[in-house]
Amino acid sequence: MSILFGMHKHIFQIKEKIIELIFSFCGLFSLLITVGIIGIIFWETTLFFKEVSLFEFMLSTQWTPLFSIKHFGVLPLITGTLLVAGIAMIIAMPTGVLMAIFMNEYANAKIRRVVKPVLEILAGIPTIVYGYFALLSVTPFLQKVIPSLSGFNAISPGIVMGIMILPMVVSLSDDAFGAVPKEMKLAAYALGSSRFQVAFKIILPAAMSGVIAAFILAISRAIGETMLVAIAAGMKPAFTLNPLVPIQTITSYIVQISLGDTPVGTLAYRSIFAVASVLFIITFIFNVIAQKLRHSLKY
Amino acid sequence: MEKYIFEIKNLNIYYHDFQAVKSVSVAIPPHVITAIIGPSGCGKSSFLRSMNRMNDLIPNSRLTGEILFHGVDIYDPLISEVSLRRRVGMVFQKPNPFPFSIFDNVAYGLKIQNIKDKAMIAERVEESLKRAFLWDEVKDRLKKPALELSGGQQQRLCIARALAVYPDTLLLDEPCSSLDPLATAKIEELLQKLKKEVNIIIVTHNLQQAKRISEYVGFFNSGELVDFGPTKEIFERSEQSMVGRYIQGIFG
Amino acid sequence: MFFLAALKKYNLQTNGPNTVFLILVMLFFCFAIAMLFMLLASIFYDGFLRINWQFLTQFPSRNPQMAGILSSWVGSLYLMILTGIIAVPLGVGAAIYFEKYAKKNWFNHLMEINIGTLAGVPSIIYGLLGLALFVRIMSLDRSLIAGALTLALLILPIIIISSREAIRNVPSFMQDGALALGATRSQVIKTIIIPLSFPGILTGIILALSRAIGETAPLIAIGALTYIAFLPENILSPFTALPIQIFNWISRPQALFHQNAAAGIIVLISITLLLNMSAVFLRDYFDRKNNK
Repeated sequence: MSILFGMHKHIFQIKEKIIELIFSFCGLFSLLITVGIIGIIFWETTLFFKEVSLFEFMLSTQWTPLFSIKHFGVLPLITGTLLVAGIAMIIAMPTGVLMAIFMNEYANAKIRRVVKPVLEILAGIPTIVYGYFALLSVTPFLQKVIPSLSGFNAISPGIVMGIMILPMVVSLSDDAFGAVPKEMKLAAYALGSSRFQVAFKIILPAAMSGVIAAFILAISRAIGETMLVAIAAGMKPAFTLNPLVPIQTITSYIVQISLGDTPVGTLAYRSIFAVASVLFIITFIFNVIAQKLRHSLKY
Repeated sequence: MEKYIFEIKNLNIYYHDFQAVKSVSVAIPPHVITAIIGPSGCGKSSFLRSMNRMNDLIPNSRLTGEILFHGVDIYDPLISEVSLRRRVGMVFQKPNPFPFSIFDNVAYGLKIQNIKDKAMIAERVEESLKRAFLWDEVKDRLKKPALELSGGQQQRLCIARALAVYPDTLLLDEPCSSLDPLATAKIEELLQKLKKEVNIIIVTHNLQQAKRISEYVGFFNSGELVDFGPTKEIFERSEQSMVGRYIQGIFG
Repeated sequence: MFFLAALKKYNLQTNGPNTVFLILVMLFFCFAIAMLFMLLASIFYDGFLRINWQFLTQFPSRNPQMAGILSSWVGSLYLMILTGIIAVPLGVGAAIYFEKYAKKNWFNHLMEINIGTLAGVPSIIYGLLGLALFVRIMSLDRSLIAGALTLALLILPIIIISSREAIRNVPSFMQDGALALGATRSQVIKTIIIPLSFPGILTGIILALSRAIGETAPLIAIGALTYIAFLPENILSPFTALPIQIFNWISRPQALFHQNAAAGIIVLISITLLLNMSAVFLRDYFDRKNNK
């Protein structure tokens, strides 16, 4: 009977299976990327730590891998990275959150329709453009105000980075505020609260996890930024929190070595992987936390 | 000719832990309109969907029992559900034409069977639209988007689309519930004509509709098939029976 | 006050804290806009006059006034094409897999988080991956293909995420309709899902490529040279790209090179803005069309 109906499976199955395999391969490929990154970075890092002690790496405050007397303390690179990122966050976070509150609670649809695409387009400006601006416009300007400011410093890229990550903070915070249930807001208004009260006493606390996620993702972005600091912050590692002197970040160190002639297999070559591990671990952890926070936004 | 197109034996359908259909056994005769009625959420749609294996698509759904289609167990691992669906068509509650032209909608079923003969496709499209009582209204605009049609027209389009592959049976899940009485009447009329060629099983909320158009009716309640038989008999049963009470609108 | 009148016009409350807040927002907003404006203005001012046919069609040179961006923009163009060829099928394929084939178990949930995290990994780390894998292990050296592969890995998570979003937006009743007519899964994908999600996928691809075209760090990491005075002959040739050339010019102390850099930036921003605007425009257009 079934033969008469021709309902047998094989004919379809083989072709479908092949297609499914092709798609599965594409899907698994993404896993391979992560494996690749982790594998390669940590491979070279292990080789690095065969010659350099972990203690020196984590505790020494001198980073001089290219000098004749080599020191491999990563702290200066970390302080450099955090200094620039910190300045950027001071600018971007309050501005971004306030702007997001404005867009959500105060602005009408017309304003939103204009601002949103503008922010998106701004987010698309390549970072090297900001680098140019920081080095050749902001620093000279600041030097008029602060005469002791050196040509490479942390404050100039810090400020510009703040502007650079602003669209991201606004957009992520906007998501967080948008996820607050309307009923909550309506209830507060019905009780006679002003917009300000609703925004700050009701919505902001309710959206806090989303705002924190925005904060984490923004820092992660700031820490990982390369070109802006490579151009404007300098290439001199310094264990300092002074924003007026040249510093070096993890990312600009990697650029410095890559631009040079460092042969493969040398300690200096491996050192870029070692610092990249630090960078990767920090941003990876931040991103996972932020993702989990944003995921819980949806419920 | 066989006695029954579908023979369902001891069918149980579970979604995760919830049992939607309980121990249903019934035989559906050919060339009639069989109506399935009952209160909302009583398992009618699940029952219907199991007959073309559309239930397979619902995650966490399980099924025990046997469904024989022309004597063949459609849940046999060797049976292709894709082939089954080309013989057992379905029309949904809310019309769901594809965002293509009217012509391409009806021709879709043929396209996925790799039928390339343009003349034959055009012929089949015209024939199906005629059977669905839609041809006169759209014959001048076959290339226009299907979404421009009214609700009733879209539903007839979905029927035409299902008919184009010459199915043996057509399953309809409350096809008129989103339509006005005029559109509903048209569809009931075309179903009456169709039943000579295509077996029809229709789930409906509308008791009058079931009474009007069906030869056999099955009454579902809480997942169980409480009664099944010729329409006249079921509707004339005693008032105290559950069916009678439902029919009188006392519950459901 | 004029300001308060403006606020009233937009129906914004004007009591105490509200006003303070709004003034603060205005200040911050103006600061940000001012910075942006200064950025664009200064670059424009520095570089606009430098752009001419000669600039666009000459190779770089030691002499800043004779230098041009020919090898850079051609390199960037080739790079984009190659990157697209590699990343788009893989990315869309992966999105289709995750949305249409993968079961909802913990493994696939992990993959979803994995892709989200990959999207946030700093671009220079992709550069290091490219350096170790493509340049060294696969011995592709600092070639066009090595650069394209590296950038493809970088934008792959972005394409996957945006494609998944687009695919998810295809209504399930449409897919059910196709399946009920006896379509196989791959047929539903080919005839329903891809056509309907195409606008969203396309937008995502354009945005991803526009991001890739401005990336400097990964290319520096794989060792792309900055002084290339020829056009790449095949995918194994050395190459340069617009952002790299710009970076090189910024790094020089002479002001004339800075002018070149500014001019190059104007070209780069124009391309990026064009791509971004067309993506936004496309998305808007299809949104409106579907909501008709």
